[in-house]
Amino acid sequence: MVEIIPIQYKVPIAKPKVGVAGKTGSWRWIKPVVDNNRCNKCFQCEIYCPDNAIIVDPEKGVTINYDYCKGCGICSEVCPVKAITMIKEA
Amino acid sequence: MARPIPPLPRDMRNTVLPGHSACHGCPITMGLKVVGAAFGNKVVLVVPACCTSVVVGAWPGNAFNGSIVHVAFASAAAVASGIAEGLRKRGVKDVQVVAWAGDGGTADIGMASLSGAAERNNDFIYIMYDNEAYMNTGIQRSSATPVGAWTTTTPLGKLEPKKDIARIMIAHGVPYVATASVGYPHDFYAKLKKAASIRGFKFIYLHAPCPTGWRFDPAYTVKVAKLAVETGLVALYEYYDGRIHLSGPSRPYLDKNKRKPIEEYLKLQGRFKNIRDEHLKVIEKYLDDMWLWIKKHM
Amino acid sequence: MVMPKVILTGNYTVALAAKMARVDVVAAYPITPQTGIVEKLAEYIDKGELDAVMIRVESEHSALAATFGAAVAGARAFTATSSHGLLYMHEWVHWVSRARIPVVMAIVTRTIGPPWNIWSSYEDFFGQRDTGWILGFAMDNQEVFDMTIQAFKISEDPRVYLPVLIGLDAFTLSHTTMPVDTPEQEELDKWLGPRRQGYVIDGSEPLALGNLAWPEDSEEFFMDLQRGMEEAKKVIREVDESYGKTFGRKYGGLIHCYHCEDAKYHAVIMGAWSGDLMEAVDILREEGYPIGLIRMRFIRPFPDEEMYEILNGSKGVIVFDRAISFGSLGPLYLDVAANLTKYTRKLPYMRNIVAGVGGVNVTHKDFYELVRTTIDDLEKGVEPPVFTWYHRR
Repeated sequence: MVEIIPIQYKVPIAKPKVGVAGKTGSWRWIKPVVDNNRCNKCFQCEIYCPDNAIIVDPEKGVTINYDYCKGCGICSEVCPVKAITMIKEA
Repeated sequence: MARPIPPLPRDMRNTVLPGHSACHGCPITMGLKVVGAAFGNKVVLVVPACCTSVVVGAWPGNAFNGSIVHVAFASAAAVASGIAEGLRKRGVKDVQVVAWAGDGGTADIGMASLSGAAERNNDFIYIMYDNEAYMNTGIQRSSATPVGAWTTTTPLGKLEPKKDIARIMIAHGVPYVATASVGYPHDFYAKLKKAASIRGFKFIYLHAPCPTGWRFDPAYTVKVAKLAVETGLVALYEYYDGRIHLSGPSRPYLDKNKRKPIEEYLKLQGRFKNIRDEHLKVIEKYLDDMWLWIKKHM
Repeated sequence: MVMPKVILTGNYTVALAAKMARVDVVAAYPITPQTGIVEKLAEYIDKGELDAVMIRVESEHSALAATFGAAVAGARAFTATSSHGLLYMHEWVHWVSRARIPVVMAIVTRTIGPPWNIWSSYEDFFGQRDTGWILGFAMDNQEVFDMTIQAFKISEDPRVYLPVLIGLDAFTLSHTTMPVDTPEQEELDKWLGPRRQGYVIDGSEPLALGNLAWPEDSEEFFMDLQRGMEEAKKVIREVDESYGKTFGRKYGGLIHCYHCEDAKYHAVIMGAWSGDLMEAVDILREEGYPIGLIRMRFIRPFPDEEMYEILNGSKGVIVFDRAISFGSLGPLYLDVAANLTKYTRKLPYMRNIVAGVGGVNVTHKDFYELVRTTIDDLEKGVEPPVFTWYHRR
């Protein structure tokens, strides 16, 4: 049996948070652009994105969260139908 | 009616939270998404000093939507043993304890505590993600660095062959050992689920190509991971019930002729830029020996 | 209040205390002279007398790591070690206190080598001085029992939430049988209560312990650790009082004062050899020497207020150290002297006598001579050297 009486001191305990390193979209030099007409909703890009910055809707297709997309290019590489192209970041 | 979304990627959402500080194309967060998908936030990761320690961000935020106990370097397996036993004593059953450590923290400095936990058969999953060097401290060689690879401490290429940690775990007689790759997330997911269903010490080796340390375009992480399997250099298998069960993605490569030439794998990586013929010979022999061993134990 | 009396070695006393405190998890690695603790606990568990899990770790580094793991997951966890084992787990000693996780550990103090040496010396104990653990030291097996039990209560107090280390001398206590009064289990359960901690990592809520932190945040964690230590003084006194009221034995809090109320000269000491000094003090008192003894029970938190109250205006203070900080003075002396400066610019004459290092036996006759000659000299107006390493073959 253990009783948790919350510690009143400052402790190195962290909680889940989006954007711990800020808006990592600023890390991009190239950015993925999706052609949702080509997209076959296979989910590969979402599965592999290391930043969890892609959501695939089975009807509508791909949405990229550009606040956090680092522009690594993996989504473009794994897409079997070449629906994602990397273009130079403005 | 909308098509249902399969567990990957559906259960990966809200596991690794975007805006973390991993490098472009990092295999660690790729792998953590699969762990999150398998266990939700009912998971306690035990993380020794490694890239993950930093990737999840600075206090007070954490980029992983689950629990993490960061620990001193050599002791991931020991702490995980303690947590597992503590939870068991308290009757807490629905939480997965997962030691998540790099090759350095596992096969080098962590070797003793890893062996101890395996020998005691403590009930948790140990996942070693292998980016084949001490990446967090700036790409120094580890025992998992392959022959011929450049690192800051092996500028002319590592001479010693790669330590086969999965085989060492098999030799400990633990209930389940598996090898996986970030290039094959469904295979990794299945192995996580299988491991969770077994009581005792489970070890999963996760091959994790690192664009920063291996010197390749971050867009190619998955490509490099797949090539490692397609050349036969990384074999995906499970070991339980006294034998190897070769996983689907690796089955074709039992046949030497189906394997892609290792040059295809090596030429993508800057760390092999100056690889010499003597290194290549060692790699070829290593490959042959490994598949002979696999065949023998199937 | 029926108190079963048993005759136990220091090691078995520690094991019994851990058992009666109902520890959940023990992760320990054997090392002479602590092995008796681990073996006895294994026996209790296997016989079903203690409902706990023992993790037979492969090293001391893993011992404290696993103890910490169990503790952070909500279990009352305990370990014990000595000397080189303590040095091996030193990294973890820091980790536990900085994580503010309650844990209790017994240290059977043993000389550090080379050479290999199994006898009692306090440098392993003092090596943990700056780690943020509450450090207590027992004089006899009865105190070993009482302090180990109290350690759980102190450590798990929400005003503290810091790990506690209890020291006991190798062989003199660990392997020597002495009578120990023990409380009734039911009464102890009521007094000690279930484990308390400030946070738990068990999947009930996603929490991350130990993420990277920037310098300013880090310093604030550590400043709060210092505050916890300050609060611990109050808690240690309270626990001593409360234990005294409930079980009939109290010691005086952070220090034990022996004839120091009306003393003009004072000797400061810690550990089992305090008993030998007490014998010498008895003889000296009979001969008319106005000598008193302060026995340190806790050196972290350091009882600075109590020490000042007693030593202010002393005609002479001798601090006995069973360890040396090579290149400087004895560690206990360093603490005693420096802490006085918090309260006064006028220090009494202070003498540091280092002795017994490496486990050399120091008898009450040695203490008698050392104290008598110091007082005689001071009364004559002669100051003996401030630092002496007293060595006898």
